[in-house]
Amino acid sequence: MKKCVLKLSIAEQHVGTAIIGGDWVIGNRVPMFAVLQRQLQAQSCRKLSLQGVGLGRWDSRLVLFLYDLETYCTAQNIDLDMTAMPVAAQGLLKQASAFPVRESGQKTPVSISWLARLGEHSLSVIRQTKSVATFVGNICLSIMRLLRGKACFRQRDLWLVMQDCGPRALPIVTLISLLVGLILAFVGAVQLKIFGAQIYVANLVGLGMVREMGAMMTAIIMAGRTGAAFASQLGSMQVNEEIDALKTLGISALDFLVLPRLLALVLMLPLLCLYADFIGIIGGLLVAVTMLDISFMEYVVQTQSALALHDLWAGLFKSSVFGVLVAVSGCMQGMQCGRSSSSVGDAATSAVVAGIVSIVVADAILTVIYQLVGV
Amino acid sequence: MTEVHIEVSGLTMAYDDFIIQQNLNFKIHKGDIFIVMGGNGCGKSTLLRHLLGLKKPLAGDIYYQQQNLWQVSAKKRNAIMRANGVMYQSGALWSSLTLAENIALPLEEYTDLSADEIKGLAYLKLALVGLVGFEEYYPAEISGGMKKRAGLARALSLDPDILFFDEPSAGLDPVSAKLLDDLIISIQASLGTTIVVVTHDLPSLFAIGTDAIFLDSLSKTLIAQGAPNDLLHDCPHPVVQQFLSRGQS
Repeated sequence: MKKCVLKLSIAEQHVGTAIIGGDWVIGNRVPMFAVLQRQLQAQSCRKLSLQGVGLGRWDSRLVLFLYDLETYCTAQNIDLDMTAMPVAAQGLLKQASAFPVRESGQKTPVSISWLARLGEHSLSVIRQTKSVATFVGNICLSIMRLLRGKACFRQRDLWLVMQDCGPRALPIVTLISLLVGLILAFVGAVQLKIFGAQIYVANLVGLGMVREMGAMMTAIIMAGRTGAAFASQLGSMQVNEEIDALKTLGISALDFLVLPRLLALVLMLPLLCLYADFIGIIGGLLVAVTMLDISFMEYVVQTQSALALHDLWAGLFKSSVFGVLVAVSGCMQGMQCGRSSSSVGDAATSAVVAGIVSIVVADAILTVIYQLVGV
Repeated sequence: MTEVHIEVSGLTMAYDDFIIQQNLNFKIHKGDIFIVMGGNGCGKSTLLRHLLGLKKPLAGDIYYQQQNLWQVSAKKRNAIMRANGVMYQSGALWSSLTLAENIALPLEEYTDLSADEIKGLAYLKLALVGLVGFEEYYPAEISGGMKKRAGLARALSLDPDILFFDEPSAGLDPVSAKLLDDLIISIQASLGTTIVVVTHDLPSLFAIGTDAIFLDSLSKTLIAQGAPNDLLHDCPHPVVQQFLSRGQS
């Protein structure tokens, strides 16, 4: 590659000649335009002609240089003669300046004071709260329509979503709840052994799984698995204008898309929770039988005596509330998704975050209520 | 005759067992605006994916300036592919980057230019396609026609030897389509780039094409080759005639 050459010579009466030579390509060291600009300023040049003596290969790098030069010369009222430059480069330059600058297109960065930012933020919090309230309200209306038999969605969709968030989630629910049962049993065993009360591991695991962990863990799994899937499905439908297509046909997107997902999750989550309770107790049983010298029957009888039916209902009620929360946060993020592919990712992320946060908050509230009511 | 840029010989394309096109033989010369035409589903876009090296042929060879695309090393193939610029049907801009960043990304990856120079080049490429002032916009904030032009600017970012266009005028109004055609012609004239266009837009292919092939979905091979205007007058094949005269003959 030949070295780039740029020589400026100024004759009398502020008339300059710049010699451009060498290979002006990306990858070669090309003179900075700022250097030439300083020279032109220093000599207060009024007229400049370019000479392409020994100009070898060139690409956009040369065009960029000429573009900068041309912009500068136009601004400074310098008469620029480029006829000695390659015709193709001149053609490209003409092309680059052929389109008028659209003032409306200019985006000017504005600096915002902290007070304004705080205001912006507060307003956006209010906006978000409003949109959540509107979405929840719309879902309530949609459920009313369903109860009156006027909601329009395909039953097949409901079955498909139920299959997806029910039976297909069994393997991961099995794994997680078995491990949670094991962990609860281990943690309890260490403490209870001190008092020689190992048998109460059964109470701990039974109550822990049935009242709390069964519902909570399945809900968190479903928030990560199904909530995110809902958000990305609906989000990409938003990007593909599928939701607009539904709306223009006069079909409520909420009835058609959100309702089956909501119903499926509300119906399936308690079932999964029941299954998780059972598997968790088996996890506890494994620890008790293998490590604590408690017999199978002893453990089962102890669990039976520890659990009352209302404990089971308490857990199942929680899980159906969690089902609503996971479905609503997933679907809401999906329906409010922007029109680009990155916003689909954002929607999925916020669906999971919102889902998990709301599950934990709701769990805390429900636990307090249970305490007050005495369930 | 000018130098052959791409040569395709005996190319058979298939998805698993389903053959799309077989025994394709043609040459694309340097500086041509080469049109790949044919009805829907005849394999135009598949051919494009093969030419770009995104899909391996079932049989046959693709040569870039006498180098067999699938017999050179992976590194060499990458280098060949890097000399190609592609404008995808929907622009395929990365949505999390601004237009200027979209164009700057290949430059950042493959050159050691300074940040200022890269920015300058990105702005220049956007100016070439008439998007001055939109540098800091995100793809989601601009119209479909602008996305296509921005896609073209990105395709131009590494000064490619060959530019590929997948349905450039699809979804554009006639004026924007004409502007894009003019842009293609002027880029070819100024840079001498070889241009391959996959299209079935008649006004556009007559306006810009210097050479063309016609892929037929029934016989699953190419049934005509030549400049689009010559094909309209001289090609005896009824399918080609029907296509080029919009079903009139």
